[in-house]
Amino acid sequence: MPANQFNGFTDYGIGIGLRTPHYQHILSRKPVVDWFEIISENYMIDGGRPLHVLDQILEQYRVVQHGVSMYFGSAEKPNREHLRRLKALVKRTKTPWLTDHLCWGSVDGRYTHDLLPMPYTFEAARLTAKKIRDVRDFLEVPMAVENVSSYAEFHVSEMTEWQFLTEVVEAADCGILLDVNNIYVSSQNHNFDPFAYLDGVPAERVAQIHIAGHSKYEKYILDTHDHPVIDPVWKLYARAIELAGPTATLLEWDDSIPTFQEVHDEALKANRFLHGKALSKAV
Amino acid sequence: MNLQNLQRKMARAVMLPLTAGEGMRPKAPGGRSMRAVAAEFIKPNDRLTSFQRLEIYNRQYWFRILSALAEDFPGLRAVLGERRFDALSKAYLTECPSRSFTLRNLGSRLPAWVRAHPGYLGPRKRLAMDMARLEWAHVEAFDGKAEPALRPEALKGGPSAGLRLHLQPHLQLLDLAYPVDDLAIAVNQNEEGLHIVSNAVAERRRRARGKKVIPLRRQPIFLAVHRSPEDNTVYYRRLERPEFLLLLALRDGKSLGAAAAAALRQGSIPRQRYASAVHEWFYNWAALGWFCIPGKNHSPSQS
Repeated sequence: MPANQFNGFTDYGIGIGLRTPHYQHILSRKPVVDWFEIISENYMIDGGRPLHVLDQILEQYRVVQHGVSMYFGSAEKPNREHLRRLKALVKRTKTPWLTDHLCWGSVDGRYTHDLLPMPYTFEAARLTAKKIRDVRDFLEVPMAVENVSSYAEFHVSEMTEWQFLTEVVEAADCGILLDVNNIYVSSQNHNFDPFAYLDGVPAERVAQIHIAGHSKYEKYILDTHDHPVIDPVWKLYARAIELAGPTATLLEWDDSIPTFQEVHDEALKANRFLHGKALSKAV
Repeated sequence: MNLQNLQRKMARAVMLPLTAGEGMRPKAPGGRSMRAVAAEFIKPNDRLTSFQRLEIYNRQYWFRILSALAEDFPGLRAVLGERRFDALSKAYLTECPSRSFTLRNLGSRLPAWVRAHPGYLGPRKRLAMDMARLEWAHVEAFDGKAEPALRPEALKGGPSAGLRLHLQPHLQLLDLAYPVDDLAIAVNQNEEGLHIVSNAVAERRRRARGKKVIPLRRQPIFLAVHRSPEDNTVYYRRLERPEFLLLLALRDGKSLGAAAAAALRQGSIPRQRYASAVHEWFYNWAALGWFCIPGKNHSPSQS
């Protein structure tokens, strides 16, 4: 496994997202899972059942935190209350690395709760990188940023998405959470070659990979995390592993969530590629 | 256009209320064409115009926040009915967009907002206001802070009059004109458990129409909304008026003697029964873990 500074020099394998409908199954059956990814915001609270369950999970499993609202690309400064609560959770979970998205979502203190796309400009890359560095220095944990699915592009963009991602992570000296489903979704929505994207990012910075399913509409694809992973995404995953080496991989399944076993079985399909057995078959 | 200006422009468009057909409005609030606004900063592609690409985000914004609000206020939705709740949600979220990094706080201003906007509540205004207060109190009790509890043994022999007792931050105290606790329990039993799991795009769920609400008679109640330390479940416990007043006074920081005197003055329990009643209440409250040893950042919560 490519243990690197961006994932805390760990060797994690295949994980799945910790989701409320699976709490009871996990706590009572104690299934063998390499690690769980939690949505940080669901546990940045003062008390109650979610934290109680999390503490029980932490006794038995390795947990990595994934955030959805840090908005590294928002022009405004990070919310102090957010940072304070996030740091408390980092201490609780001892997450070896922490991830959030390369996007924006708040402006003038108002939150959209969405992962809005960045304009790919040098100004945006510089501001985003500074914010990532500031947050990492405050949290004192390795960080990786995730590429998002997008449905719009801006006139002001000065480079491709993968050039922008590279510009940001090099300037921030942080890792990449490479979401191969998001690359596929955006490639279909914006007519680019997803393999060119993979070839264009610094593979040595990949700390973790996300895989997921999506929904196809007549004129665009939405990142819905409510289906199994499709073959073209597995092919991208195979290429990503070829470039970055076997990497901590997480299956996202967030809507119409099936049983724990079904989600876990879908995630374990990644083993075919992590161990190189199905690489030639997929590609 | 610098980054902040572009983000302001896009956020204004994304947060613009949808049309009745759940599409993006053709005109911006100032009267400008949204097609022209979108074309200024969004590129079209071979399948979608700038307007249509921006519209995807506009729709997803509203679908996500409407769904999150409905999840936290199923009782209010049942009281108002589908159409009224939808209109109220859109008006509330337009006036009070999220100012928190977490959707958990989306409904924090709703109880005050419905009091200020009774026109959205239909004929059962007070019932709806009570339900909004109860459901927000439920959110607060669900994941509010719990300090180490003061056990009943600590009050053995009866607490002294000068004692100042602290209530658990998650304990919410409500005076209500309707017994909405029964209704909330009935509604929650019919609700599917939905949870915020990520920011993945969620297609709008058209939920099955809830059961018709049984008409409730006006009957003032005093309610404690609290979380059990045993199973972390939120419970509703009805209180007698003097109990409620006593707890409110303790929450305000009054000493036990002052709180008990205030409750006695305004309550309906005969003076000769009062001492034994207070003793019993304190024993029950302590057994429920409602008294706590406050930590560094303890502050009384408002309900």
